[in-house]
Amino acid sequence: MLHLKDLKKAFRQPDGTALPVLDIPEFRVATGEQMVLVGRSGCGKTTLLHIIAGISRPDSGKVRIDDWDITLMPEAECDRFRAERIGYVFQTFNLLAGFTALENVLLSMRFARGRPDKNRARQLLNRVGLGHRMTHRPAQLSVGEQQRVAVARALANKPHLLLADEPTANVDAGHQQQILDLIRQTSQEENVALVMVTHSNEVAAQFPRLDRLEEFNLVVADGAKEKGT
Amino acid sequence: MSLWKVAWRSIQQRALVSLLTVLSMGLGVALVVAVLVVYSVVYQSFRRGGEGYDLIVGAKGGKEQLVLNTVFYLSQPVGNIPSSFYEELTEGKFAADVEAAIPVCMGHTYQGFRVVGTVPEMFTELKYQGDKSYEFAAGENFKAENHFDAVVGATAAAKAGLQVGDKFQAVHGSGEGGVVHKESFRVAGVLAPTSTPMDRAIYVNMEGFQDIHHGAEDEAAHEKQEKHETHGLPAKHGKAKKHLTEDEHGQITAILLCIRQVPPGRADVVAKWINDGKVAQAVVPGRVIVELFEGIVGKLQWILLGMAVLTVIEAGIGIMVSIYNSMSDRRHEIAVMRALGASRVIVMLIILMESILLSLMGGAAGVLLGHGMTWICSPWITDWTGVVVDLLQFQTIELILIPGLVVLASAVGYLPALSAYRTDVARSLITTP
Repeated sequence: MLHLKDLKKAFRQPDGTALPVLDIPEFRVATGEQMVLVGRSGCGKTTLLHIIAGISRPDSGKVRIDDWDITLMPEAECDRFRAERIGYVFQTFNLLAGFTALENVLLSMRFARGRPDKNRARQLLNRVGLGHRMTHRPAQLSVGEQQRVAVARALANKPHLLLADEPTANVDAGHQQQILDLIRQTSQEENVALVMVTHSNEVAAQFPRLDRLEEFNLVVADGAKEKGT
Repeated sequence: MSLWKVAWRSIQQRALVSLLTVLSMGLGVALVVAVLVVYSVVYQSFRRGGEGYDLIVGAKGGKEQLVLNTVFYLSQPVGNIPSSFYEELTEGKFAADVEAAIPVCMGHTYQGFRVVGTVPEMFTELKYQGDKSYEFAAGENFKAENHFDAVVGATAAAKAGLQVGDKFQAVHGSGEGGVVHKESFRVAGVLAPTSTPMDRAIYVNMEGFQDIHHGAEDEAAHEKQEKHETHGLPAKHGKAKKHLTEDEHGQITAILLCIRQVPPGRADVVAKWINDGKVAQAVVPGRVIVELFEGIVGKLQWILLGMAVLTVIEAGIGIMVSIYNSMSDRRHEIAVMRALGASRVIVMLIILMESILLSLMGGAAGVLLGHGMTWICSPWITDWTGVVVDLLQFQTIELILIPGLVVLASAVGYLPALSAYRTDVARSLITTP
């Protein structure tokens, strides 16, 4: 369902020279597949997720999701596509501070469809164990709870693809596994393809597929490939 | 969840700054409202004064002075007209057109209030504020045969402390240094408030008025005569007295004319006939009042309104600064919304809505504050102008405030909205909030 082809991205440096960040000849993720992407800091993992989500544009290449090449879409159409088909869990949760847990989920629906489905939002929050915290604002929630709201928000619009950018990096060790299990389990239940970025070998080891991003090239790490969930 | 709610939440997040911004806008709008209400009050005060009769007939001269003196009891009389002219109007060729003719004489005061000589029909045949009849808060109208009876306007009675049965002595002239007449008038009635200049005058029987008036003139002439005699000049007493007797007695300051409406246009015909003659002039009070109002107060109102609108614009710029300053803090939040699927136009709309909400809240606060202030000040306004100010005395022009504020908010919100529109999502997402 996700297919990257000849993807290239470089950042313009202050001296005017181009700094290559990504150069990926081919990258595929199947429907419902769960995979993890590892790499050192600054190797372009987040940039890759931004490009897949249509937040950034590649310099060249194709990004196909469900047979739609989002690099060819006008920006507004790409925004709508992202809202409807891609869920995004951020490392820093990025919940909107002025809104309750329920409203954060509803807001995601509002941007996608214009008409939020309150029942689904409540169901999702119940599923992530926050049925009793729906009216609480982010500041009133623990770090683990905030990330669970972020997961519910990412799944609000029944996406086909869930992108998770180091979702456990800011969560204490006690809650890391809970969050990870939650993301994987809910993705599986919703049949959503999951691409997770992490620098934690412990997290990466739990995925059936691990790809490594090194020197702006995507390399399949055979060693992790055979490990189960 | 509507975009309005999203905008509202953003306002809530910056509650203190938002409150101060709303307050600033509210004060500006309150000024506009206050200017509009006060303008309306002053206009009503002016306009009401000239209601109840169609023409004022007075001595030839300035028509504005005639109206100011006869309607508002300001300025000095233009002069007098012979009472024979009154008879010509009521018994002459236009008698059929004249529905009522009320003579008024001026030249005396009591504690600063004009003492007006007139006839009892002043309060029975004339109306005020359209079709309202004069009512008495206490006592009754004076009778034609009681030459030294008076009717006191509501404000004059309250200020001068006059009640039914009280007696007072009028002063010749405007008050200071004037001769106090020996004869006293008895208060027969106190008028109920009319919210017109009538409230601020004292009405006495014209017969009594002319009696004391000529008495004073006689005394003045007598004093002058004595001075002449002291200085060895020839006596003029007899001539002066003869002069007063022939020329002053039976003179009146003005006539308030009600003209029959059928056939239409008769007021203009009567006015033309009077104005073509050599004795008097006739003016339509409403027209002169509007000219006076537009010429003096109208321009002042526009200046005040201009200053108030500038205050509102300044408050609008305050909203722009407030939102624009918050943009650097909110860039991450906007980037998150964009990452969730909100288009550039949507985030721009949210910022514009925030600006509109702040402006409208400020506008609502300003309207309440403006009307509240004028309502609180209403006792003083009524005291000064005679016009009663209601709490809900809204002006039609206030309706312009709503679209006006939306336009202003859109204009001042455009810059921060554009900043939101241009937010670099990828870069802002990386930045820690």
